[in-house]
Amino acid sequence: MVQSAARRVPQVSLRATGATRRRVYVQAIFKAIFGLMAFLTVGVTFLIFLSLLVPALRFFSEVSLGEFFGRTTWAPLFSPPRFGVWPILAGTAWTTAIALLVALPLGLGVAVYLSEYAHRRVRSVVKPFLEILAGIPTVVLGFFGLFLVNPEIVRRFWPVGEVSTFSGLAAGLVVGIMIVPTVASLSEDAMNAVPRGLREGGFALGGTRREVATKVVFPAALSGIVAATVLAGSRAIGETTIVLIVAGSRPTLTWNPGEQMQSMASFIGFAGIGDQPTGSTGYLTIFAVGLVLFVITFLLNIASIRIVRRFREVYE
Amino acid sequence: MKRTIAFGLLAFVVLVACGGNGSDVTDGASGGLSGTIVIDGSSTVTPLITVAAEDFQTANPDVRVTVATSGTGGGFEKFCVGETDVSMASRPIAEDESATCQANGIEPVEFIVANDALSVIVNPDNDWASCLTVEQLNTMWAPESEGEVDNWNLVDSSFPEQNLELFGAGSDSGTFDFFTDEINGEEGAIRTDYNPSEDDNVTIVGVEGDVGAVGFLGLSYVLENEGRVVAVEIDGGNGCVAPSADAVIDGSYVPLGRPLFVYFKAESLRRPEVEAFARFYADNQETITETALFIPLSEEQASEQQAELDAITGG
Amino acid sequence: MTASTEAAPAIDVRASTATRRKVVDSLFKLFLWVSLGIALGTLLTLLIDLISEGRSRLNFDLIMNMPSARPQRAGIQSAIFGSLWVVGTTAAISIPTGVGAAIYLEEFARKDRWYNRLIELNIQNLASVPSVVYGILGLAFIARGFLSLGFTVMTAALILTLVVLPTVVIASREALRAVPNSLRYGSLALGATEWETVYRQVLPAAVPGIATGTILSTSRALGESAPLLLVGALTFVTFNPDGFDSPYTVLPLAIFRFISEARVEFRPLAAAASVVLLFLLLGMNALAIFVRNRYEKKLR
Repeated sequence: MVQSAARRVPQVSLRATGATRRRVYVQAIFKAIFGLMAFLTVGVTFLIFLSLLVPALRFFSEVSLGEFFGRTTWAPLFSPPRFGVWPILAGTAWTTAIALLVALPLGLGVAVYLSEYAHRRVRSVVKPFLEILAGIPTVVLGFFGLFLVNPEIVRRFWPVGEVSTFSGLAAGLVVGIMIVPTVASLSEDAMNAVPRGLREGGFALGGTRREVATKVVFPAALSGIVAATVLAGSRAIGETTIVLIVAGSRPTLTWNPGEQMQSMASFIGFAGIGDQPTGSTGYLTIFAVGLVLFVITFLLNIASIRIVRRFREVYE
Repeated sequence: MKRTIAFGLLAFVVLVACGGNGSDVTDGASGGLSGTIVIDGSSTVTPLITVAAEDFQTANPDVRVTVATSGTGGGFEKFCVGETDVSMASRPIAEDESATCQANGIEPVEFIVANDALSVIVNPDNDWASCLTVEQLNTMWAPESEGEVDNWNLVDSSFPEQNLELFGAGSDSGTFDFFTDEINGEEGAIRTDYNPSEDDNVTIVGVEGDVGAVGFLGLSYVLENEGRVVAVEIDGGNGCVAPSADAVIDGSYVPLGRPLFVYFKAESLRRPEVEAFARFYADNQETITETALFIPLSEEQASEQQAELDAITGG
Repeated sequence: MTASTEAAPAIDVRASTATRRKVVDSLFKLFLWVSLGIALGTLLTLLIDLISEGRSRLNFDLIMNMPSARPQRAGIQSAIFGSLWVVGTTAAISIPTGVGAAIYLEEFARKDRWYNRLIELNIQNLASVPSVVYGILGLAFIARGFLSLGFTVMTAALILTLVVLPTVVIASREALRAVPNSLRYGSLALGATEWETVYRQVLPAAVPGIATGTILSTSRALGESAPLLLVGALTFVTFNPDGFDSPYTVLPLAIFRFISEARVEFRPLAAAASVVLLFLLLGMNALAIFVRNRYEKKLR
């Protein structure tokens, strides 16, 4: 029986015919359309890079790198214009540093609490609050910073000098609040991913909850936590609206964050409202600063992906 | 699920189509004027034109007027490439701006819309600077003072030791051009370590919040924010004069008294809705300036305005 | 060993290690509580401040009135409709494109091809670009330059599409990945093409997840301010848009305008408008959660 079947193998053509052929064509069409969409989303990265690079190069053909990185006055929209980038770099550095100083303890504290200490019921109440905080538009946070944080907190308690209506410190504090949910939820995810076995081992060896949390879970989740920090930092670097509203628009190179200042992102916002004519040096300045901003956040993002990949503890 | 999506889309479309103030009505029963008027320019003039635009739209609901504030310079840039119909300016159009306009086939028509006393403001708790001379202002704002003059004491030794915080218009502003020209002798010459903004509101808020602050902007903002900032008297060589409507019209507020301008694109004036807007302003100029707390035109300026409008539009 | 002098063992009167650990435990827990307290307390302070400052203007007039130079009359109708137009258009463009790209990447693309890996990496990066950079891009190529659409609704929608597209793609991919492979294999085994499998089996199963993700991305578009600052949304506009080429303003920028006004009468307006915006955002988030909960059960 088997032998006869083996001899009489029917000829089967594998070419699609009739209805099947049409179905295959339909698939090819959709595949092409969707493929195009996917390429578009990537095309955007290159488009951004190009759109920033070309005018930025034109900018640097008119303004030497020496002046850009050598001088310390940023006044590109005045005549005569000055292009020393350090004041706005300092502004970005201050607001980001203060933001991280605020967000890291708060965010990690919340994350550890939610991941290691909280009952399920508490989690189900706290997590929505965190999501609400994450969803607050930056304009509204700017309102908060300008009308509450600066007058009631910074101007009352900051001991150095006299704080004006606008300050980099208030801006930094509010940006910090903005990124707390980022730090908290990404760190919590990292901590949740640590297998229970590790915790139970710690407890079995007589560790208290605190010791297990800080000496077992935290180090194990470190790569994810670092990635969360880097991502939050990159968001703080790119934050425009809050800094524009709260920190003022006077580029200042200073050791005192209580002064008014301008960051790279808020400069772009400021110059954009003022609307520079296409092709003027002021216009090109927006692109040069935008390019610097893009490169910094791009590199930070790649760094965070690398960190996660290289240092993630593999458990299974 | 699909039904929900479809319903949602339908609701969106319906909302969008029905939403609004019926600006799609073509044969408007309300006078028939329709179209869009695009206005941009000086922050000083914005409060005035905003009132005019709003009242005009109330009378002519099918006309849409947008008002943006890019600064006098920014406004002209857009005006001279044809992006706007009207440009607000706190200084006359410059030669190179005029040339750009001509090169692009844009013919600007100048109207004086109000007068202004460019005011120097200080914090209400500032009890030492009630009158400032032009020389003192120059010391405060000159390019050479950058990084050096950071204390009231250094402006005048009779002033107390108090941090000097400066606020004012940015480089795109006509107010900026005018102020630097009059006080520092050269348009655009100024120290750069102050808080610049195309939005004069920022200057008010800044000065209000800091006892050592000083700023410069148009008088209407001062009047609108009575009690929050104080305008100093200016001594232009003939004694201290406070900024006021009378002082500007009779010419005693020197050197900071000035007219405010609005430039129409000649081509736009040929459109009925734009002409109507110009007429509306000319006819209601007194009420509008009063509402917006601006200094109205003198009798002479007002009749000149009417005459010019008649000439352009042929009555 | 003489036992005389060492009669009783010395009792250590220092706090034992166990007690010290307990103290540190308590301090640590205190720190956690304080962190939580500060985070939530700040949020509460913000909400209370907004409501108390804006209470006087939180009425129907706010929504029905147009912006005005006179604060007593000012409202946000044009901003609300502007936001509806802009965000609606953004959703209409970004959702099909983003879901399409996600379908390609999850269902069709060969993961070992270099160009597909490049696409993957890039979408992650695009999601973390500061939104103001998209504004610059939009100013250069959409408002002016190549597309020259000017400062209109369509310009804003295209820019916001760029901002939310990466998030839509990422969320949709997660939703597609969550669909068990058994569904796919079963369908393929029965002779369906890959596309038919996607269209008839995978997509319907992934819809709740995709819906949640897209609602959340769209709500982000609603709250964006920075990119639109550069393309003219900060204009005094007293009419609702009537087309894609219409001038416009959006709610976050109406709030920005109110904040920028020196006159104190505008401050309650800024607060009230913020409350309206938060209300809309919360509504969208609640909708997303509702969709997720309702349809997640079905899948089980």
